[in-house]
Amino acid sequence: MKKYTNTGSKDTRSGFGDGLTELGKTNPNVVALCADLTGSLKMDEFKKNHPERFFQIGIAEANMIGIAAGLTIGGKIPFTGTFANFSTGRVYDQIRQSVAYSDKNVKICASHAGITLGEDGATHQILEDIGLMKMLPGMTVINTCDYNQTKAATLAIAEHHGPVYLRFGRPKVANFTPENQKFEIGKAVQLTEGSDVTIVATGHLVWEALQAAETLEAEGVSAEVINIHTIKPLDEEAILNSVAKTGCIVTAEEHNYLGGLGESVARTLTLHQPTPQEFVATNDTFGESGTPAQLMEKYGLNAASIVKSAKKVISRK
Amino acid sequence: MSDNKSLENLVTQVRRDILRMVHKVNSGHPGGSLGCAEFLVTLYNDVMKLNDGFDMNGEGEDLFFLSNGHISPVIYSVLARKGYFPVEELNTFRLLDSRLQGHPTTHEGLPGIRIASGSLGQGMSVAIGAALTKKLNGDEHLIYSLHGDGELQEGQIWEAAMYAAGNKVDNYIATIDYNQKQIDGATDDVLPLGSLTEKFKAFGWDVLEIKEGNDIQAIKNGLAEAKSRTGNGKPVCVLLHTEMGNGVDFMMHTHAWHGKAPNDEQLESALAQNPETLGDY
Repeated sequence: MKKYTNTGSKDTRSGFGDGLTELGKTNPNVVALCADLTGSLKMDEFKKNHPERFFQIGIAEANMIGIAAGLTIGGKIPFTGTFANFSTGRVYDQIRQSVAYSDKNVKICASHAGITLGEDGATHQILEDIGLMKMLPGMTVINTCDYNQTKAATLAIAEHHGPVYLRFGRPKVANFTPENQKFEIGKAVQLTEGSDVTIVATGHLVWEALQAAETLEAEGVSAEVINIHTIKPLDEEAILNSVAKTGCIVTAEEHNYLGGLGESVARTLTLHQPTPQEFVATNDTFGESGTPAQLMEKYGLNAASIVKSAKKVISRK
Repeated sequence: MSDNKSLENLVTQVRRDILRMVHKVNSGHPGGSLGCAEFLVTLYNDVMKLNDGFDMNGEGEDLFFLSNGHISPVIYSVLARKGYFPVEELNTFRLLDSRLQGHPTTHEGLPGIRIASGSLGQGMSVAIGAALTKKLNGDEHLIYSLHGDGELQEGQIWEAAMYAAGNKVDNYIATIDYNQKQIDGATDDVLPLGSLTEKFKAFGWDVLEIKEGNDIQAIKNGLAEAKSRTGNGKPVCVLLHTEMGNGVDFMMHTHAWHGKAPNDEQLESALAQNPETLGDY
């Protein structure tokens, strides 16, 4: 089985910030907006390099989304930055009407997604944002797994015309995807080949899935790990090809099982190839304060949980 | 520049369009539409600098954003009469497969519309964004927007108002349709707006009033004054005093026609008060 190495833990939000910095230099139409979280979103460098193209909106997320929609009229490509909760739930109707329904080329970039935001607790941890965004017609939904991939995705979405939700996180996590790997929206990345179980993971759970695959391998179970960085449009072909081989699947995400990647995968399987599936996700609950590692363990979002689910789903074949 | 008589004739025809559109489908919002007919006719035909044809990016021309999207009948009529799309298409208002949705949208590709509106309070933010892009592009044309007075009860308006003044968005004129009525009744009864002049001034805007908001000459004078105040470091707010249902006697001085269509007899009476000028669609 192919092994992956952590080349040095980094936060995914820094991947976004560095991607945005690069875009500032290469694409004069890219503009950035932030709602009083410039440092947290790692947008300082863009702001410093291009003050005329950076808009500090203040703590007014609804206004930020509307201004971003307006900035597209005349050819700008706005990237909005705030926490995932304030990027989605707080401004759902603004995104729905002024961005999605109006077909505006806005990139909604959301940091501190999921439970690994940590100590701030449930008011700031959103576990429903993937569902909210994937339900919007025309919205592309991306959840990247590490620094390198987040940077690559940031560059890629500037080239894609249409509204995008880009979800990433706060803590330092393993950086293991190749540097400068081209990011293809909607194209799953197969990380390991396996024959007993398919594990499709998104975001921070991709590294956990790789750890789980190593544990399973030591126990004689062959796991195929697929990184689903784009939840919408979903790479159905990659999933169906894999389960045709393995006959069962585990989905893993830092999100409520309701509305998440797992449900999208389940729909695909139900329509084309009914297959036993287990969900590694939060169980219709809010989060709470704690360190990211503590929370991942308590809410069953780690490698151990994926191993357990893999064994269970294999037994259901 | 257009003479007042030809603008008056256009207003009369627009009133007929509004009434016939909402009557045909027995739905829509005639009251606010009629109240803003003089303003939008004057804005599009005498005030704004517009390119031929429609391009979403609108570079090198003035842009208008309708924030109170429920007065779609009036903007549809004004746009059609301006040549953005065939006037016959007004016949499809609110029908299945129409580009003239109940509330305006870009989604069906209707020329003249640059943002969806209907869920209230969002248009000022969008207009500010478009104004910022004009500045970035070195385009000296202006951004206009229209808002209902009841719409100002939405919090996002005040986020936007604070931003526009704080960031000197001075290539922007926001007009408030100050008819003091909303669906449930008088704004003073539903949720009092207080002094809008003082509120916008306190937020850092340059504010002026058009007391006769259904008089074409008064609108011309007021908007000329508003334009003269742009470029001075402040966004400009125009408080446009209007009469909901203007031009149809039984629709005036009441909020009853905010979102109600006339029946056959009422339509006949309303049209008789506004004889055909440019030809019905």
